[in-house]
Amino acid sequence: MNDLIISGGTLVDPIDNYFGPGAVVVSQGKFAEIIKDKKQPKGNIDASGMIICPGLVDMHVHLREPGYEYKETIQSGALAAAAGGFTSIACMPNTEPALDNQEQIRFVLEKAKAAAVHVYPVGALTKGRQGKELAEMADMREAGAVAFSDDGTGVQNGNMMRRSLEYCRMLDVAVLSHCQYDDLADGGVMNESYYSTSLGLRGATRIAEELMIARDLMLAQYTNSKIHIQHVTSIGGIELIRNAKRQGIKVTAETCPHYLVFSDDCLKTYDTNLKVNPPIRGKKDMAALKKALASGIIDVIATDHAPHAWEEKALEFDYAPSGLIGLETALAVVATELVHKNVLDWLSLIKLMTLNPAQILNIPAGRFENNLPADITLIDPELEWTFAETDIKSLSKNSPFVGWKFKGRVTKTIVSGKTVFEL
Amino acid sequence: MKLRSPHLLGLEGVPAADINLFLDTAVTLREILSRPIKKVPTLRHITVLNLFFEPSTRTRISFELAEKRLSADQINFSKATSSVTKGETLLDTIWNIEAMKIDMVVIRHSVGGTPYFLSQHCDSKIINAGDGTHEHPTQGLLDMLTMRDKYGKLEGLRVVIVGDIKHSRVARSNIWGLKTLGASVAVCGPTTLLPYEIEKMGVDVYTRIEEALDGADVVNVLRLQQERQSSGLLPSLREYSIRFGITKERLKYLKPNFTIMHPGPMNRGVEISSEVADGPDSVILPQVTNGVAVRMAVLYLLSGGVGKIE
Repeated sequence: MNDLIISGGTLVDPIDNYFGPGAVVVSQGKFAEIIKDKKQPKGNIDASGMIICPGLVDMHVHLREPGYEYKETIQSGALAAAAGGFTSIACMPNTEPALDNQEQIRFVLEKAKAAAVHVYPVGALTKGRQGKELAEMADMREAGAVAFSDDGTGVQNGNMMRRSLEYCRMLDVAVLSHCQYDDLADGGVMNESYYSTSLGLRGATRIAEELMIARDLMLAQYTNSKIHIQHVTSIGGIELIRNAKRQGIKVTAETCPHYLVFSDDCLKTYDTNLKVNPPIRGKKDMAALKKALASGIIDVIATDHAPHAWEEKALEFDYAPSGLIGLETALAVVATELVHKNVLDWLSLIKLMTLNPAQILNIPAGRFENNLPADITLIDPELEWTFAETDIKSLSKNSPFVGWKFKGRVTKTIVSGKTVFEL
Repeated sequence: MKLRSPHLLGLEGVPAADINLFLDTAVTLREILSRPIKKVPTLRHITVLNLFFEPSTRTRISFELAEKRLSADQINFSKATSSVTKGETLLDTIWNIEAMKIDMVVIRHSVGGTPYFLSQHCDSKIINAGDGTHEHPTQGLLDMLTMRDKYGKLEGLRVVIVGDIKHSRVARSNIWGLKTLGASVAVCGPTTLLPYEIEKMGVDVYTRIEEALDGADVVNVLRLQQERQSSGLLPSLREYSIRFGITKERLKYLKPNFTIMHPGPMNRGVEISSEVADGPDSVILPQVTNGVAVRMAVLYLLSGGVGKIE
C-alpha cells in the first residue's frame, strides 16, 4: 500500500543531477518509487509550484543535551530542524558531560527515538574534549556515532590530531575539525581587522584558523585519512582546501549561512548574536566563500546551530558566549542570497545541503533511492516572507535574522513518510 | 543649537558642529570654575549615575566635580560595592537603578561597546567615560579644547600620539575628533603596540620617534602600562623608554611653538621625562582643568541644554 504520492512539482535529486518534473511514492515510511518524468500517478500531496527534494541534512548542530537543556533539548532542536526543512542532523559532542563514551552516544540515540527528525551523534575525539587522550571511538562508533570531533575548540596539540586521524581511519569515519589555534587567536572576540581596531574589540587573526587548517590537511595527507574542515570563514582557508583537493587529499569542507551574509563591519552594533567562533570575517571573504560553494571547493552548507539563552547573550560583548541559531533560517538565507542572486542554481544548492553532507557522514539520506527512509522537503522557491521571532522553534532565540526578508521557504518537511512540519 | 546625538558614546561619526558646540559650551562653563562660589543650579533637576566598573581616579573625580558644579544629584557606584559581584547582570543592575528614576548614566567599563549596548536597552542618556580599548570621548574633547586654547583652532595642526596605540581609547577618540575638525594626526609606537590596520583610520603611522615628531605642533604622550612587558608585547620598559621616550633632547624636532600633553597617569622616566612633563610647554595640568569644563558641557548639553547658566 502506498501511503504518500507527492506529485506535480519539480523533483530535484542530486544523486543523478536530476532537476525536472517528477513524483515520489512512499510506502511504509520508505521510498517505494521515484518518478523522474512528466507522466506521473495522481498524487495525494500536490506539490505544484514546489521543489521536491531529499530531506535536508545538517551535519553541524548543537543540541545542548545533556547539560544545557535550558538552551536546547534533542526534542526542541529536532523541531527547529523540521521547521527549517532538515530531516537529518548531526549533533556535536560539546555537551556536559561531553559525548565521549558509548553511554553518552546511547543516551542521545535513545532520546532521539522520540525526536521529529533523525539525530546522528558525533562523538568526541578526545576524553572530555580536553585534547589529551583519545576517547573510546571504536566503542562509540559501534554505538552509532557517525563521525568524531572536538568541535567548540580546535585540537591544539598536533600529535593528538595525528593520532585522532589515524584512529578514525581504522573506523572509516571522518574527523570533523574545528580549526583555531587558541594562542594565536589571543582571546579575540571578533575578526582582527580595521573594525576590531575601531570598535575596540580584541581581534582574532585569521591565521589562527588557517594555520590549523594547513596542519590538518598535511596530517590527513601523511596519515591517508579523511578530514572535514568545519565552518571555513576565510580566503586563506579556501585556498588551502583548493590546493589540498588538487593534490588528492581526502578533504571536505563546510561553511555556514552567517559567513555568507555578514561581514565584520556588521559588528558596529555590538550585536552579540554575531559573536561566533570562528569569527565573521571581511567582505572579501564573504564573496570568496560564495565562489567556493559555486566551484565545489566547499562541499557543504551547515548551520553550526548554537543556541544560547537570552540572558547569556544580553551581556557586554566580551562576556557573551559565541554562536547563533540557524536551523530555521538556513535554507531561506541561502535561497535568497545564493539562488536568487544567481550564485548557485537550486540543484547545486540542494546538493550542498543533502547529498554531500550525507555522503561525508555515510548516513542513509540526501538522495532519492528506493527503500531509503522517505525524508522529503518541499520548498516554495518564490515565496517572500519575513522571519519573525515567533517562527523560532528552538528554545533559544539568538538569531541575527529576526526581521529579515527572505525569498524561498520550506513549506513541508517529511521524515520517514510522516509530516513533521507544515507551513 | 542642539546636539544631534542623544548620547555621547564616542567621537567617531560625531559631526563637527556637535564637537564645536561641546568645546564652545565648555569655554562658557569653565568660567564658573574660577568664581569664588564655584556652583550653579543649572542641573538641579537632573540625577546622574556614575557607574565605574574599572578603577579610575582622575576621570571619576572629574565627572563628580562637573556634576557638583552644575548641582546635579549624583549616585556613585563601583564594581566592588555593586551587586554585579553577586552575579546580577549589567542590564538588571541598570534597570533597577533606572526604576528609582535617574536621568543620565556615566559609564566606565573594561569591555568595548558597553555604553552602546546600554544605550540600546535603557532610557537614560549615556555618557561614555571610557570603554575598553574603544573610546574615551570626554578625554578626546578635553584634549581638543586644550589644543584650541593654545592655537585658536585645530584645523591644520599636526598632532602626534605616541605610545601604546593598540590599547588606547584616548588615541582613538583623539583621532576621530581631531580629524573631524581638520587636524592631521600621526601615531607612533612599537609595531607590537600599533593596532591592526590603524592607518585606515586616516593617520600616518611611524615607528621612529624622530620622524614622527618632525614638524609636529602637539605631542600627546600615552601611558605605557607595566604589563605590556609581561604579556610579551615589549622586551622591556627600558628599551621602550630609550627608543620612544619623550625627552628634552627629542623636542628639537618639533615646531617652535609646540605643546606637550599627557592624559595621565604618567610613568615619569618611562614614556616621558620629568623635565618635559614639568616643562614650560607642558599643558598636562590645564588638560585636567579642561576635563571638568568639558564634562560640565557634556552633562549640560545632553540633558537638553535648557537649564539656565547664571
